[in-house]
Amino acid sequence: MSINKVVNSFDEAVADVYDGAIIFIGGFGPANGTPSNLIRALVKQGAKNLTLAANTPGLGRMQAPPPGMQRRAPERKIKMPPNYDNGGLLIQNDQVIKCIAAFPGNAMPGVPSPLHDRRLAGLLEVEMVPQGTLAERIRAAKAGIPAFYTPTGPGTLMEKGKEVREFNGVPCVLEYALKGDFSFIRAYKADRRGNLVYQGTSRNFNGAMAGASTVTIAEVDYLVELGDLDPEGIATPGIYVDRVVVRKNPEEGI
Amino acid sequence: MPEKLDEQTMGLRVAKEFEDGMIVNLGFGIPTMATNFIPEGKEVVFQSENGVLGFGRTAITEEEQDFHLINASGQMVTRQPGMCFFDHAESFSMIRGKHIDLCVLGGLQVSEKGDLANWVIPGREPGSIGGAMDLAFGAAKLMVVMTHVTKNNEPKVVKECTYELTAPRCVSKVITDIAVIEITPEGMVLKETAPGWDVEAVQALTEPKLIIADDLKTIEF
Repeated sequence: MSINKVVNSFDEAVADVYDGAIIFIGGFGPANGTPSNLIRALVKQGAKNLTLAANTPGLGRMQAPPPGMQRRAPERKIKMPPNYDNGGLLIQNDQVIKCIAAFPGNAMPGVPSPLHDRRLAGLLEVEMVPQGTLAERIRAAKAGIPAFYTPTGPGTLMEKGKEVREFNGVPCVLEYALKGDFSFIRAYKADRRGNLVYQGTSRNFNGAMAGASTVTIAEVDYLVELGDLDPEGIATPGIYVDRVVVRKNPEEGI
Repeated sequence: MPEKLDEQTMGLRVAKEFEDGMIVNLGFGIPTMATNFIPEGKEVVFQSENGVLGFGRTAITEEEQDFHLINASGQMVTRQPGMCFFDHAESFSMIRGKHIDLCVLGGLQVSEKGDLANWVIPGREPGSIGGAMDLAFGAAKLMVVMTHVTKNNEPKVVKECTYELTAPRCVSKVITDIAVIEITPEGMVLKETAPGWDVEAVQALTEPKLIIADDLKTIEF
C-alpha cells in the first residue's frame, strides 16, 4: 500500500498552512458541506494574513448585540447543521485580511458582524465576484486555463478595470484563474487515494475547489476500502485530493 | 390604500408563468416561494445554482428536513424522482450556457428599459451578488418579483436605476405586490393589477409612464 492520503488529525492536516496563504473554503450557506473541523483546526493553528475564497465566508459564531440593542429576528428562518462553523470564525480570530466572495451577506445595523466590521475599520478587503465567475475562475485554475472571457458582468461594476471584448456580438469580460494554496473541502466518503463522493447539495463549491489549490484537504464523514466506491459514481477523482481527514464522530455532525 | 399581495400570493402568481417541461431557476427570497405552487398537470424542473436539478417543494416536517438538500435561499427542500446533483462549476455551465428557460429573481430596482439592480443598497456595501449576475445574462427569460415600493414608499420601478446594476436590459416582466408589468421596446406595459388597485393608484407608485394594455385585467391565480 504505497498511496495513502489519510492523515490522522485535523491539526496535522492544517499544520503547514503558512501566513499569507490563500485558503479556499467549500460550502454554501447552511448546507452541510462546510469543512467545519478544518476551519476550527486552522483557528487553533493560528496562521495570519490569510485570504479566504468562499461563496459565503460566513458570519462566524453569533455574537451578542451591544447593550441596549435587540437582535432582530432573521426574516426567514434558516436552520444550521449541528456542530457547524464557517470561515467567519477565522475572521473573528483576526486571521484574515482579504475575502473573495459572491455572497458576504448583509450585516444587520448595530449588530456585530466580523466581516463587515473589519471591512469598515480598514482591516479586511472584500473582493466581490459573481458566483458563476468565482466557480469558473476556480475551475480554470484546476484545469490549467490562465484566463477566460465571460458574458457575466459587462455594463456593471464588474467590468471596471477589466478588458471587455465582443464575441459573436456579445460583450465579455476577461477574468483570470484563481488558484489557492490550500483548498478545504467537505465530502461524505473517501478512499485512501482521495476519491470522493458527496451528499446532495453539499457538493457545491467543494467539488469545484478540489484540485484548484496546491494542496487540497478533504474533511470526510467516512473512509472506505478501495473498491467500495462505485467508479461510475465518484464525483471527485482522487488525483485532485492530497489529504483526507475523517471526522471522529460523523453521526454527531451528520 | 387597498391591500397588497403577500409574499406567498406573489409566489403563486409567479408560478402561473411556469410552462410544461420548463427548466426554472428561482432566486433568493420571494421567488423561491413559487416552488410550492407548480400548476397541476405540468412538469417543471427547478435548477438551483448550489448544484441541484429537479427538487420538490419546501420541506415541512422534521423527517423531510435534510441538510444535504437546500435551495439557493438556504431553505431545505424535498427529494423527487429524477433529481440530480452537481458542483458549482457545472451549475454555472448550465446557467451561462443558456440551458435555463426561465429565471425569476428578486429586485431592488427595475428600469423602464429592463435594467436590473438587486445586489447592493448604497450605504450597505459590499452587498451580495450571489448568482444573480450570471443568471441575468444566462437565462433565456428573466422575470423579477418584488414589492412595488421600498419600505419608505420610494418607487422600485424606475426610469433609470440609481443602484449598481446586476445586468443591463435583461428583465422581461415584473411581478409586484400590486401589478404585473411587461417590458417591451415601446416601454413598460401594465398588464395586470392586484385586486382593488386601479391604474391611477399603480401609476402613482411607479416612476415611468405606464402603457396600459388593451387587455388589462385583475391578477388571477
